[in-house]
Amino acid sequence: MTDHEQLSGRPEFDTIAGWVAPEATVLDLGCGDGLLLKFLTGTRGVKGYGIEIADDNVLACVKNGVNVIQSDLERGLQGFDAGSFDYVILSQTLQAMRHTEDIVLEMLRVGRQGIVAFPNFGHWQARWQVAVGGRMPVSEALPYQWYDTPNLHLCTISDFERFCAGHSVRILERIVLHAGRTVSVLPNLLGSLAVFRFEKRQ
Amino acid sequence: MGPDDTNLPRSVGVATPRRLRFAQPIGLKSGATLDEYSLVFETYGRLNAARSNAVLVCHALNASHHVAGYYAEDPGNIGWWDNMIGPGKPLDTDRFFVVGVNNLGGCFGTTGPASVDPRTGKPYGSSFPVVTVEDWVEAQARLADRLGIPCWAAVMGGSLGAMQALAWTTSYPDRIRHALVIAATPRLSAQNIAFNEIARQAITTDPDFHGGDYYQHGVVPKRGLRLARMLGHVTYLSDDAMMEKFGRSLRSGKLGFHFGVDFEVESYLRHQGDKFSGYFDANTYLLITRALDYFDPAAERGGDLAAALAPATAKFLVVSFTSDWRFAPARAREILKALLDNRRDVTYAEIDAPHGHDAFLLEDARYLALVRAYFDNVARDVGAGQAPAEGEGARLLDEGEPLRVLAGGGFAA
Repeated sequence: MTDHEQLSGRPEFDTIAGWVAPEATVLDLGCGDGLLLKFLTGTRGVKGYGIEIADDNVLACVKNGVNVIQSDLERGLQGFDAGSFDYVILSQTLQAMRHTEDIVLEMLRVGRQGIVAFPNFGHWQARWQVAVGGRMPVSEALPYQWYDTPNLHLCTISDFERFCAGHSVRILERIVLHAGRTVSVLPNLLGSLAVFRFEKRQ
Repeated sequence: MGPDDTNLPRSVGVATPRRLRFAQPIGLKSGATLDEYSLVFETYGRLNAARSNAVLVCHALNASHHVAGYYAEDPGNIGWWDNMIGPGKPLDTDRFFVVGVNNLGGCFGTTGPASVDPRTGKPYGSSFPVVTVEDWVEAQARLADRLGIPCWAAVMGGSLGAMQALAWTTSYPDRIRHALVIAATPRLSAQNIAFNEIARQAITTDPDFHGGDYYQHGVVPKRGLRLARMLGHVTYLSDDAMMEKFGRSLRSGKLGFHFGVDFEVESYLRHQGDKFSGYFDANTYLLITRALDYFDPAAERGGDLAAALAPATAKFLVVSFTSDWRFAPARAREILKALLDNRRDVTYAEIDAPHGHDAFLLEDARYLALVRAYFDNVARDVGAGQAPAEGEGARLLDEGEPLRVLAGGGFAA
């Protein structure tokens, strides 16, 4: 598979790259195989580090030539100084965190800005599957069965915005996507993937 | 032969140690000077035409230049990192030119306390100067000069070897592209130093020690060295690993109600101690534990490790092992933090291995796969590519006097 093919399945990459300033410092939490960092390094020239706990992902990051730090996010970002990164990114990981609240606050302690991307549980397909089908939603954005999902804290776009309002988090930008396209009408209903950029409200 | 066949890991085969004499005096950190000295080293693989594919492998407390392969006269004497280094192995000698060197003060042919001091005609013994990690790096740099290696593709080591890799990045930032810093600490803890001190006391209080000048008395402080090794060995293993290996198994199946060997673990430690004290020099043990104690690059920067590592420009792989209580992962994370503060390229892996400090020498699929992947990146970085053609590194093989290793580890005169 070429890089382009690998990246094409990850619509949030372009959005995030569009937000990140050139040459910025980036910490990517739960960076998986490191392809987002590779993309940001290639397109924006960032200085980036990923954090991963899984051995196979750490190995994948090394193979992808990105810096990775093996560490458990659930224990916070101990060892990282306050304000030591321009951006702290949590892409497709927020919903799989146990300590969701803590990690968002940690992002804004260590980073000047935070970026999250998560599947929108408010998407109409999810609502339809629960409301009409009477079953937990399974879709491209949420490809797991209820019994094998790594997702612990699924939320909707409205939920996240309410969370930010209640935690002194100021949202700077929001882009909602579905099938790789931006959704501007009824985003909490028609968007399957949400990407937010935010900072601490002073 | 298909490509898969050529990638099967193999031994580097017969290794030939060589000795190089250095006539230019070397000033040591202590202020002392060695007017001349010899270093014993081995090489595997070939240096490429660009001289860009050389990797230095640094040894820890009790090891040597014999990193990989075996000796023709002593085929059971296999290099201490043979699972890591060889054709098709994580550090692939089909791509890299690998150098192992016995450090100054050593007891495997390099100038050390047992060598004859040209000024007196007698073994150095107690008069051999205390050497430091930085002194070793200086000597290694001079070896690199003689071998025609302007810049290492990587310097790699575990434990004390990792300290040397770290010291390379700040002593010669322009001569090292990558540092593999494994089972490492940026400085010994009080507990670490305490263990070393007990080991040294065991040696220096042995009646056969004679203040370090035991060579003239025709004896060696074997009992002390044996104890030092037994103690050290315990600290290299984890509680779990020892329990797994020995449990409370009894040699004869029942308690003997004496102070001889009852438990398997006692037998094992005695065996290890006996073996070690049969070939290792007690003065070298003192020197190397002292080098460990003294290593503390942050000390010269008011305890600021980030400031100490600021000159480094290399890329880093830092690896720790969860069960290593001698140099625990928290110590490796101090190195990581200092590198992050300097925005250096660094990958940090914390391998969930049960074996304790010695895990860095053992087979662990995740660990070996990681080092392999990292060296793929190093190869790309330095253009190591595939095996250089036969003869390209031939000049190197003429450097130094070849030594014939006898069964039992000694050298032929």
